[in-house]
Amino acid sequence: MDLATFLQQLANAASLGSLYSLIAIGYTMVYGILRLINFAHGDIFMLGAYFAFYLIASVALPWWVAFLVAIAITSLFGIALERIAYRPLRDSPRISLMISAIGASFLIENLGVVIFGGRPKSFASIPLFDTVVRMGSVQVLSVSLFIPVITILLLVVLLFVVNRTKTGMAMRAVSTDVEAARLMAIDVNKVISYTFGIGSALAAIGGILWTMKYPQLNPLMGIMPGLKCFIAAVIGGIGNISGAVLGGFLLGFIEIMVAAFLPALTGYRDAFSFILLILVLLLKPSGLLGKKQTVKV
Amino acid sequence: MKTRNTVLTGLAIAIFALVLWLADKNLGGYAMRILNLSAIYVVLSLSLNLVNGFTGLFSLGCAGFMAVGAYVSALLTMSPEVKEMNFFLEPLAPWLARLTLPFALALVAGGFCAALAGLVVGIPVLRLKDDYLAIATLGFSEIIRVVITNLQGLTNGAQGLKNIPKFSTTWTVWGVAALVVAFMALLTRSSYGRQLKAVRDDEIAAEAMGVNVFRVKVTSFTISSFLAGVGGALLGHMITTIDPKMFSFMLTFNILLIVVLGGNGSITGSVIASILVTVLMEALRFLDEPLNLFFFKTNGLPGLRMVVFSAMLMAVVILRQRGLMGDQELTWSGFEKAGLLPRSKKGASK
Repeated sequence: MDLATFLQQLANAASLGSLYSLIAIGYTMVYGILRLINFAHGDIFMLGAYFAFYLIASVALPWWVAFLVAIAITSLFGIALERIAYRPLRDSPRISLMISAIGASFLIENLGVVIFGGRPKSFASIPLFDTVVRMGSVQVLSVSLFIPVITILLLVVLLFVVNRTKTGMAMRAVSTDVEAARLMAIDVNKVISYTFGIGSALAAIGGILWTMKYPQLNPLMGIMPGLKCFIAAVIGGIGNISGAVLGGFLLGFIEIMVAAFLPALTGYRDAFSFILLILVLLLKPSGLLGKKQTVKV
Repeated sequence: MKTRNTVLTGLAIAIFALVLWLADKNLGGYAMRILNLSAIYVVLSLSLNLVNGFTGLFSLGCAGFMAVGAYVSALLTMSPEVKEMNFFLEPLAPWLARLTLPFALALVAGGFCAALAGLVVGIPVLRLKDDYLAIATLGFSEIIRVVITNLQGLTNGAQGLKNIPKFSTTWTVWGVAALVVAFMALLTRSSYGRQLKAVRDDEIAAEAMGVNVFRVKVTSFTISSFLAGVGGALLGHMITTIDPKMFSFMLTFNILLIVVLGGNGSITGSVIASILVTVLMEALRFLDEPLNLFFFKTNGLPGLRMVVFSAMLMAVVILRQRGLMGDQELTWSGFEKAGLLPRSKKGASK
């Protein structure tokens, strides 16, 4: 393999890793606060992409307006999902919460099949994202370069919000101890809604960028990325935003590089992430950047 | 008391067998197929209920173990000619190509292979808890599926297997279902069953009482995998074609729906829910076809049926978490208390 191909794969890996990171952040934030694997997160990612598609194709908005509106709608959808499916179960055993999440995920997928149709749709190409950039002998789609940049910008903003603002402080407080946070007059419901809003918005951005890179939409497109990004969040240490990003990049690189260097194993591509997950869970259950937690009796 | 219950149980079984015999005689192939499918779902839902409801381990790996059972049993029973027809891309390993076993043996072999897979998966994975366990088992189930897709020379890869001998007759599937129900009833009443429930209710307390928690978990998981393997094999022999896509998370979801609907930790609940859900799944097929509701006409919405089912699962979890039966069972004493049976002289006993 020559250097040009390697660099090309590197660009691919960076953009796939960024996309994984964007989705993984949503998982990690929700898990940090509710201790819930939001199974429906992958489907929110799918919805973001579909909303953008319909706003461009049916409402004929300019693409950047459509993207912003789609992100806002998806974010509201995420908040509504928490209200309907998760809030009534907040004091129930975690398994009930998780079953509700699985139910919500299947409901959104099947509603997607009914409303959007099962046939894949393709996104109109947007010239800004669709040009081929040449650097010497390396050719990459411009979107592959945009994705990592956008991800890093968003990460900086998010880390600022979480670490430097009052809302962020409330989020951290709730994730450390819900009861104590409530006693400190933090409106827990509001904080959880914010968390779902931010996570869903990031998933929507991920979904839109994903369809820029892999321009095909179908109602089940969220399942695999959803599962893999949860894995990315676990690998990085669930509850830890930088960890989710690290895990996302790691997963993206491994997937692309194994496919590139060991083509014989390409068929097993979807299994890698699961194998990696099981290894991490067995060797370092708290993840790469996670804190070790001791269980008290 | 005890004799009365035994007599009643025997009577109920006899009546059910009679109904089954009448159904087999009078109902068409389609209706029988649905009835038999519910028997397979009884086996599968009890398999999931054993780990999920009785041991408190949230496992989502059902479909993977079913795949193992289905493939093993199918490969062991297909005749050499059928195998040759199936494996046109890459020939099957020669030792397996000539091997044809009787159905009962193949079914048990399928179960044992699934149990072996369960044991191998369970030992590392059962160190995890709650949602991590769920994701890890789901991961293994996906890995099994990916491996089956890629082992062209052993499983025929993505093409799957066709023309599997149709051994899953009414009497076989209901016979197996009855055996599994009896097994579960005996298991949960035994001291071993109480260990399972102790681990479910409070792991630390169970450990303090001298229960070997890890061993109990692994055993329960292995038995459950065995049952899932048998269920998968029966399913394969009923629809006569299997392919890796069939054993996706969707299948686990259906079984989870049954277990939650019937009540986590209730055998009778699982049995009732299996029949209910299977029949409903077929009865609601009209939803996928064009609808005509006077004002409102749709032209065929494939997927609407699954929307109804997902909404049902969520409604059950949110509004009635215990499901149909909670963790209670339908018992003869229960009927007596409800006034459906004449009271016995000695009064109600367990």
